[in-house]
Amino acid sequence: MAIKSPEDLKKIKDEALEEATARINDGTQIMVGMGTCGIAAGAREVMAAIMEEVGKRNLKIAISWTGCIGMCEQEVLVDVIRPGEKRITYGKVTPQVVPRIITEHVINGNIVEDYVVGKLD
Amino acid sequence: MQIYRGHVLVCAGTGCVASGSRNVQAEMEKQLEAFNLDKEIKLVETGCHGFCEMGPIVIVYPEGIFYCRVQPEDVKEIVEEHLLKGRPVKRLLFKNQITEEMVPHYKDIDFYKKQNRIVLGNCGFINPENIKEYIARDGYEALAKALTQMTPEQVIEEIKAAGLRGRGGGGFPTGLKWEFARKAPGDKKYVICNADEGDPCAFMDRSILEGDPHALIEGMAIAAYAIGSDEGYIYVRAEYPLAIKRLKIAIAQAHELGLLGEDIFGSGFNFKLNIKEGAGAFVCGEETALIASIEGRRGEPRVRPPFPANKGLWGKPSNVNNVETFANVPRIIARGSQWFADMGTEKSKGTKVFALTGKVKNTGLAEVTMGITLREIIYDIGGGIIDDKKYKAVQIGGPSGGCIPEELLDLPIDYDSLISAGAMMGSGGLVVMDEDTCMVELARFFLNFTQMESCGKCTPCREGTKIMLDILERITKGEGKEGDIELLQSLAETIKSTSLCGLGQTAPNPVLSTLRYFRDEYEAHIKDKRCPAGACTALASYRILEDKCIGCTSCARVCPAKAISGEVKKPHKIDPAKCIKCGACIETCKFNAIVKQ
Repeated sequence: MAIKSPEDLKKIKDEALEEATARINDGTQIMVGMGTCGIAAGAREVMAAIMEEVGKRNLKIAISWTGCIGMCEQEVLVDVIRPGEKRITYGKVTPQVVPRIITEHVINGNIVEDYVVGKLD
Repeated sequence: MQIYRGHVLVCAGTGCVASGSRNVQAEMEKQLEAFNLDKEIKLVETGCHGFCEMGPIVIVYPEGIFYCRVQPEDVKEIVEEHLLKGRPVKRLLFKNQITEEMVPHYKDIDFYKKQNRIVLGNCGFINPENIKEYIARDGYEALAKALTQMTPEQVIEEIKAAGLRGRGGGGFPTGLKWEFARKAPGDKKYVICNADEGDPCAFMDRSILEGDPHALIEGMAIAAYAIGSDEGYIYVRAEYPLAIKRLKIAIAQAHELGLLGEDIFGSGFNFKLNIKEGAGAFVCGEETALIASIEGRRGEPRVRPPFPANKGLWGKPSNVNNVETFANVPRIIARGSQWFADMGTEKSKGTKVFALTGKVKNTGLAEVTMGITLREIIYDIGGGIIDDKKYKAVQIGGPSGGCIPEELLDLPIDYDSLISAGAMMGSGGLVVMDEDTCMVELARFFLNFTQMESCGKCTPCREGTKIMLDILERITKGEGKEGDIELLQSLAETIKSTSLCGLGQTAPNPVLSTLRYFRDEYEAHIKDKRCPAGACTALASYRILEDKCIGCTSCARVCPAKAISGEVKKPHKIDPAKCIKCGACIETCKFNAIVKQ
């Protein structure tokens, strides 16, 4: 597509920003526990579901991952950090729960209380 | 939309490619596939991060974890431990040289902390071969703004108000230069980028070309709009194949998106860009020689005036700027002149990229705000002198510049302070020297360079630099005579004031500045036949310390000239008449019993 106006440039920029969210994002972050325990409990499937959901909705957020944080019983653990809000840790997350966490919490800011195992300032 | 949870940035700048980043990248691709991560983690090839000393460099986002000196055999561990399980590989992190602590994040490394990366902001962060990554970082918004909201006169006023000065050496105000070209009568005008970076040890422009080529293209397009031109040339040396390759890709991608070509942003403005590969003559960095070379003539300068602004390429009004100057332009237009003018000193605004090399711990590229001191660059960013030796001087501005001794280390750097110290900004090469460097030899080295690069058109430069070089060679060989210093000074003044172009006019600078600050070293060579730094081989003498020599005979056995003699278990002796001063004995002696004087 040829750019013919500043608006066209903005469209291409928006697309490009989506592809670059891991490097450039507005601050909301989803973090998946990917220690051996997490992976054994299905963290890779949860990660795949998160990526699919985020991709489908064109969200500009960073998806990151971390090692074991010691609460192996509760794996798969997923943290959602919205700028200026408490860090929410969800436990026993399955791919089926992911769309709820994304729509209710990540997009609309309502914590999915049934799965919360921890809140950190 | 395919999204990725992580990005792995592998540096493909020339420095990292030389230290093996291509193999690291290939292995990364293989391992990502092997762990089934290629759909989750994106591999991005970037330009230079500037910290070439630590290459090959790999950075993992979103965290921004900085891995250095990564080898192909380390890749599997990074993929399995970090990318899969979220545990950064500690042993590959950067280690703070003083506290010995591991520093995981890019932004916390001392080398980057004191920098102000504006021109280099995208280098190492985006893939230079993908125009969309540049656009994601606000790319081409400045061009859109200039073409749709500003008149050419307003663009020139903005650049003038910002106080941008030429980054190639002279420091001429860029806005004023554009105004001359705008006002020059003519229907066809050219914008030319001088990417003929030729100073020994300088690689600022190369890194911008390789790491962020679109910034240059956008800057040139804005300049073309401002002066009323529709065609540009990038004059880049053929020795920069990677830079040329990425420029060609960038130009093609910009054409495809309509950011070059006809009726850009629907404004009626047309701009086309050509690349001219230069054969690598230093003198072609001089603008009239550069223009001659583009025209297919011999790269020789001519008398100015007329200046290129009035009579340049093919006799048409032309504007020549350096790579770094153009790369500043989009940032100024996008963020406004005030933002730029707030940085730096009274007469030197913005930042400058320096190539830090020589006897310094962290070699690489550093972009700093004007007015920073040399001490901060060398000790805070550069990490100090290798092996904690004593600082002697730094050569700034390459073969056209001068040296800055220790007593001026706290001098705030800008165009004018450097000139008053007998050096110049030049293109930004910084060669750090320690106590083992002979300043006469340094002057000889740089003069040898300019002498070889002299085009020969004017006599003062062709003959004068040759005579100066002969004298310097004699002095370093211990054949200096009374009166040599005065002769050097008088030749230098004549060459400076009568040469045709900048090459000759600045060629004597290394001699004059070393004479200004290190005259005693010249005198020691000439009068005492002694090199105080112990660097000039012809003046060195080797001696065995009797109290330290145990008579192990190993020096006598390695001496190729059979100049060392002595009985076993008794101190040995060197015969100065036979000694060829190769230094093999010092390297062999385990008892530090041999000294070089």
